[in-house]
Amino acid sequence: MSENHDHANNPDHHHDHGDHTHPGMDTEELGWHARRVQAMETLLAEKGLLTVAEVQRNVDAVESRSPADGARVVARAWSDPQFKARLLAEPEAALAGMGYQLPDPTPKLDVVENTAAVHHLVVCTLCSCYPRALLGRPPDWYKSFAYRSRAVSDPRGVLQEFGTEIPADAEVVVLDSTADLRYLVLPQRPAGAEGLSEDELAALVTRDSMIGVSQPLTPELVAADD
Amino acid sequence: MTDTPKVHDMGGHPNASPIDHSEHTLMDWERRIDSIRGVLGDKGYITVDELRRAIEGLPPERYQSLGYYQRWAEAVEALLIEKGLLTAAELDATMTRLESAAGGAR
Repeated sequence: MSENHDHANNPDHHHDHGDHTHPGMDTEELGWHARRVQAMETLLAEKGLLTVAEVQRNVDAVESRSPADGARVVARAWSDPQFKARLLAEPEAALAGMGYQLPDPTPKLDVVENTAAVHHLVVCTLCSCYPRALLGRPPDWYKSFAYRSRAVSDPRGVLQEFGTEIPADAEVVVLDSTADLRYLVLPQRPAGAEGLSEDELAALVTRDSMIGVSQPLTPELVAADD
Repeated sequence: MTDTPKVHDMGGHPNASPIDHSEHTLMDWERRIDSIRGVLGDKGYITVDELRRAIEGLPPERYQSLGYYQRWAEAVEALLIEKGLLTAAELDATMTRLESAAGGAR
């Protein structure tokens, strides 16, 4: 890395804006950032760089996506082999057919299939890259330092913490997401799911199973909950 | 590459902590900064890569002590200042104005 942009060695940057300094992370700080962001939005709107309505529309759009969207896609793939083949080969086209418009031009989406032989686990070691267009916002643990570090150094240990045992003879593949490429795991269809409708299948598909930290629910488990 | 990994480059960093599975409900300002970035991105003012560069450029101890969207807030501010779209003094003044309008709390 060059020295040109080394914030850590630049005492004028960030910590000190002249007449105030940023406080440490405590309740005080939470309040400070809330007020700072409110001031930022107000100022940007006053300068005509954005409108409050545009920010609200973006909030609404983000909130409109949830793991239920990804679950619909997985359920379709489980019940329609042609769709599944297309989803794996050309995710954008397959998803567009279901009404999901992926961001253009990036990030791209890769759909990876879990099988008895290969289990995929998705992480973003650098930050929090996540297929938001299909799953909504990432869970807090996905953004945690522990998950980001350990998913690559100890994936089976991490899986065990999620209650997931992958047989020793199966391969565990860890996929590190980037700002330009996101991953959606197509989990293995559980045994006993034959003959279920797409809606019934979708109910088996958990968020975590599409990140690869767990397996989907089984029909027995769902029946026992009802 | 024999350099010590940068603070954000967490893959394989020594970390013995168990995964904390608890979720916090996002606060309104966290949703707002996420979407402010999104709108600024849609309009071509700030790219995702610029956001990442600014987050990764936070001093390491600050990177580690701040919450997720706190890092975003500080990174977006730094970029807006860097690009000359606003100044810290303007933000300070707007903050003060909003606070006095809200009844001078704090």
